[in-house]
Amino acid sequence: MTIQQSYAATATVAGYNFAFLDEQTKRMIRRAILKAVAIPGYQVPFGSREMPLPYGWGTGGMQVTAAVIGKNDVLKVIDQGADDTTNAVSIRRFFTRMTGVATTEKTREATLIQTRHRVPEMPLTENQILVYQVPIPEPLRWLEPRESETRKMHALSEYGVMHVKLYEDISRHGHISTAYDYPVMVNGRYLMRCSPIPKFDTPKLHMNAALQLFGAGREKRIYAVPPYTEVKPLDFEDHPFQIERWPETCALCNAEDSFLDEVILDDRGGRMFVCSDTDYCSERQAAGHRGRMAAPYKEEAAQ
Amino acid sequence: MYVAVKGGEAAIENAHKLLAEDRRGDPDVPELTVAQIREQLSLAVDRVMTEGSVYDPDLAALALKQARGDQVEAIFLLRAYRTTLPRFAVSKPIDTARMQVSRRISSCFKDMPGGQLLGPTFDYTHRLLDFSLLAKGEAPQAEGNGGSVADALPQVVDLLNAEGLIEQEKPDPDDAPVGDLTREPLLLPAGRDVRLQNLTRADEGYLLALGYSTQRGYARSHPFVGEIRSGEVSVEIDVPELGFSVDIGDITVTECQMVNQFRGSKTEPPKFTRGYGLSFGYAERKAMAMALVDRALRAEELGEDVTAPAQDQEFVLYHADNVEASGFVQHLKLPHHVDFQSELTLVRTMRAEIAAEREEALREAAQ
Repeated sequence: MTIQQSYAATATVAGYNFAFLDEQTKRMIRRAILKAVAIPGYQVPFGSREMPLPYGWGTGGMQVTAAVIGKNDVLKVIDQGADDTTNAVSIRRFFTRMTGVATTEKTREATLIQTRHRVPEMPLTENQILVYQVPIPEPLRWLEPRESETRKMHALSEYGVMHVKLYEDISRHGHISTAYDYPVMVNGRYLMRCSPIPKFDTPKLHMNAALQLFGAGREKRIYAVPPYTEVKPLDFEDHPFQIERWPETCALCNAEDSFLDEVILDDRGGRMFVCSDTDYCSERQAAGHRGRMAAPYKEEAAQ
Repeated sequence: MYVAVKGGEAAIENAHKLLAEDRRGDPDVPELTVAQIREQLSLAVDRVMTEGSVYDPDLAALALKQARGDQVEAIFLLRAYRTTLPRFAVSKPIDTARMQVSRRISSCFKDMPGGQLLGPTFDYTHRLLDFSLLAKGEAPQAEGNGGSVADALPQVVDLLNAEGLIEQEKPDPDDAPVGDLTREPLLLPAGRDVRLQNLTRADEGYLLALGYSTQRGYARSHPFVGEIRSGEVSVEIDVPELGFSVDIGDITVTECQMVNQFRGSKTEPPKFTRGYGLSFGYAERKAMAMALVDRALRAEELGEDVTAPAQDQEFVLYHADNVEASGFVQHLKLPHHVDFQSELTLVRTMRAEIAAEREEALREAAQ
């Protein structure tokens, strides 16, 4: 065996390859990604590496990002929809140190977006890749803890248990009590878990123009939804899939079509709702939209 | 007014500074050197090397210093560094029969060729705090040759083997591929090579509890310590360009061969079976626990009923890694407010529906 590694020309931190992973590892991950794209929704096992961030922080997403990022990419990292949550800051900083690529908080400027728990509100384009961080890739896991069993169930498209689970929800609670991580069928073949995103975001996966890649580091699986692929939430004719709604609009930008975070204001029940997608919210505010708690529209803000 | 709930660069920066300050402790107390940790906290170093899958006492000591003594954190640091190293060869199997032993005991025989050699063990110490260590003391000096035996000692299991009393273990051919969990994901059922690698990297506390459970009746296997030996072995790799193998250095390892009862089956007479444990350095508790769990995991292969957690490959192997486990348990600290918001909305909707139904029922009852 020969010892040979091709190192990228510029390593940002001395002693580390471009994007941290060595080139052979990136190649291995890219092969897994290609297979995942070829079989939409199928979980491809891959040789997940230990990353310098803990499992559960997004090591799967980071490995996918590291494998596909190039020098000309513009990276956006969000957690809970926001660019400035601690974990998003930390991962963005990691890739800045390890690649030196440009980063952005604007969805429209990004070529590569790594996300935890949300899909951006703004529709994505064919020139964008969305990388999801996935804790548990197996949609059947809570119904069958054994990997050896669930792999068989996927092979046989044996998804009856999930329909039964949803039916039991309806008979017990009157409706399906899955609020996030809603199970979907991809391309009519594989049952897939869309990482925990609220079911509000689930319809955005359907026929999305962007390539959607899912990385689960600890569980060592990669899967994908290629552009313009059918993604259908499981439901019943008499109980169609529905997304959550809020009694209010965003207190800052007045949006009525975005996912809202609830912010507790005091200990007497005071609260406000704001967009979870910070970029969407600030873009709307810049365009002059005002919610009930926003500072009044100022001239200098518009300049 | 908008409450600032978002974290930010400055908060992380400040947290890192606080961490560095706390790591250093009182600056009036001299700073620990990596060499001091390597030499004087060597069992901690051994554990970090074993579970970190890197044999490098200096880096393991550095990891312990950086992690403020937190073993799992130190293991994590070493693993993350390991990711960046290329794997350029697979060594030949180490030959522990040719080990330069500093400790070698068997609980199966009172004496055996080569004798029992206690070596540096806590086993027969009285666990009384030694207050003399509070003060600076002279360097203690062991008598004799320091206990190391140069000659190769026969393996106790091989002595049993001569009588056909213990199962034969046939090594795989040299050119057979060796599984490597750090390169390939775990696929089930896992071969013994992969299982043993998983167990060596596994959390010591986890293996200890699982091994202990087999002693308390959950997959009881009547174990005896066939042999524990610690000492130095050389590591050799084949260099195809040279056509012969080259010694690339010595490592210290601890090996445990557990001897377990096997009642026999319709086709096979009763005999003893084996469980195997191996760790870097003197991580003996780890090697022993590993040997118990390895034997338990062989249940299916030996035609035993799989009834206990320690026999369940999927359960044992999937939850053994403390870097994985620690990460996933602790990731619950990360913000989850989007998912929680979805749950909150759902619970409120359901409660409102139930309240409405109750009101409806009351109204009907009143009519």
